[in-house]
Amino acid sequence: MSQRRVVVTGLGATTPLGGDVASTWAALIAGKSGVRLLTEDWRELLPVHFAARVAIEPADQMERVEMRRLDRSEQFALVASREAWKDAGAPDVDKERLGVVIASGIGGVITLLDQFDNLKEKGARGVSPHTVPMLMPNGPAANVGLELQARAGVHTPVSACASGAEAIGYALEMIRTNRADIIVSGGVEAAIHQLPMAGFAAMKALSTRNDAPERASRPYDADRDGFVLGEGGGVLVLEEYEHAKARGAKIYCELVGQGLSSDGYHIAAPDPDGSGVQRAIKFALANANLSTKDIVHLNAHATSTPAGDVAEANALRLALGKDADHVAVSATKSMTGHLLGGAGAIESVFIVKALQERLAPPTINIENLDPAVTIDVVRDTARSLPSGQIAALNDSFGFGGHNVVLAFATL
Amino acid sequence: MALSAADVLAGIKEIVEEVAGIPAASIELDKNFTDDLEVDSLSMVEVVVACEERFGVKIPDEKVTDLATVGDAVNFIVNAAA
Repeated sequence: MSQRRVVVTGLGATTPLGGDVASTWAALIAGKSGVRLLTEDWRELLPVHFAARVAIEPADQMERVEMRRLDRSEQFALVASREAWKDAGAPDVDKERLGVVIASGIGGVITLLDQFDNLKEKGARGVSPHTVPMLMPNGPAANVGLELQARAGVHTPVSACASGAEAIGYALEMIRTNRADIIVSGGVEAAIHQLPMAGFAAMKALSTRNDAPERASRPYDADRDGFVLGEGGGVLVLEEYEHAKARGAKIYCELVGQGLSSDGYHIAAPDPDGSGVQRAIKFALANANLSTKDIVHLNAHATSTPAGDVAEANALRLALGKDADHVAVSATKSMTGHLLGGAGAIESVFIVKALQERLAPPTINIENLDPAVTIDVVRDTARSLPSGQIAALNDSFGFGGHNVVLAFATL
Repeated sequence: MALSAADVLAGIKEIVEEVAGIPAASIELDKNFTDDLEVDSLSMVEVVVACEERFGVKIPDEKVTDLATVGDAVNFIVNAAA
């Protein structure tokens, strides 16, 4: 029996660039930054005074009563999933063949910390009965599963900043192995709070370019000094190809494969050899039955950290060899900031749009390209992609040494 | 300080609307929190804690199960505050 094919039939997103896919994509192609100064007083406690908050608050996208029982990460998941499900035509499907795989890197950390404040201030009676369902990292997936009555399985892979991509890969396997026909998959994150920010700052992972927040996220620039924390999420509706055809669904493209590996090197630092990344790319290509010649576009992990960007760029050059010359590499975190567990998901949404529109998004804020970067970075303005059958890769890596590469192709 | 039943009912309406999103107009003395108003067990905890804060009374956990209707809650709170 030939392998079940998996296609993308719906997209949803809420990001620092827009409250949905269309507005996010328009801002992305226009090279806009979603990074802003924080308005909270607590920013003064930190060496970093900015972040990339969502462009549209969930309060403007859902009912107040619903919101108060949901962590911010769960709100993002519902907003993006509702858009994606609607985009897929809100299909009437067998619920026992419908799954949800939505990840988050950290879970409901804002709820956890707010409720700890309540506990200290008011005692145990002041702690909300919704605390646990709001803080659990599987909460975003669980709430979407509940809303859609999904009964084929609801899952939450956790691998820090690779979580969103890993969720999409997990969904791919669920459909391929015939556990489901349709899966709502993606990743979300809501961690713009003084504690996680102080933690990242203590690792020296965050940019401290306080005088120019919009210029702070600058992957591949020689003067990059760390990532910018973002929030939001992205969701893809993945569907078995024959199932999608049978119901006359709009099909964006095919999710053709995934490659997974781990570094076994350091809890947070990237392996400078990038051998784990190279293996993940090799596995993804083999899993997708593609060769390096087929790849025309790549959405890099490229977070704007000094070590990470070059390690990844070197790994890409080694994995793709001479064929890297025809791969247009976009580092969209230059505009969205780093959505942690949401990153691999919104960047997958961007890849799907890039294949549909035949347009690679720009990478902004590169004033001086780091001479150590020898890949073809799409700088400043979007670039057209070739006609005909094309394929693209999405890289995601997470603290812990997790590497996930997803491969998408036009049909 | 004594509370009037009308004041307590008005307060409960506001709380239930805030916590569970049920329009105050549909909240009446004979309505059952679970069956009529669809206040789930977690939201009921929120309602109880909010009533304690608002009316300055203690509603012990073992009493909560006896408060089936809005009227039960009004009576309990009026008596507890008396």
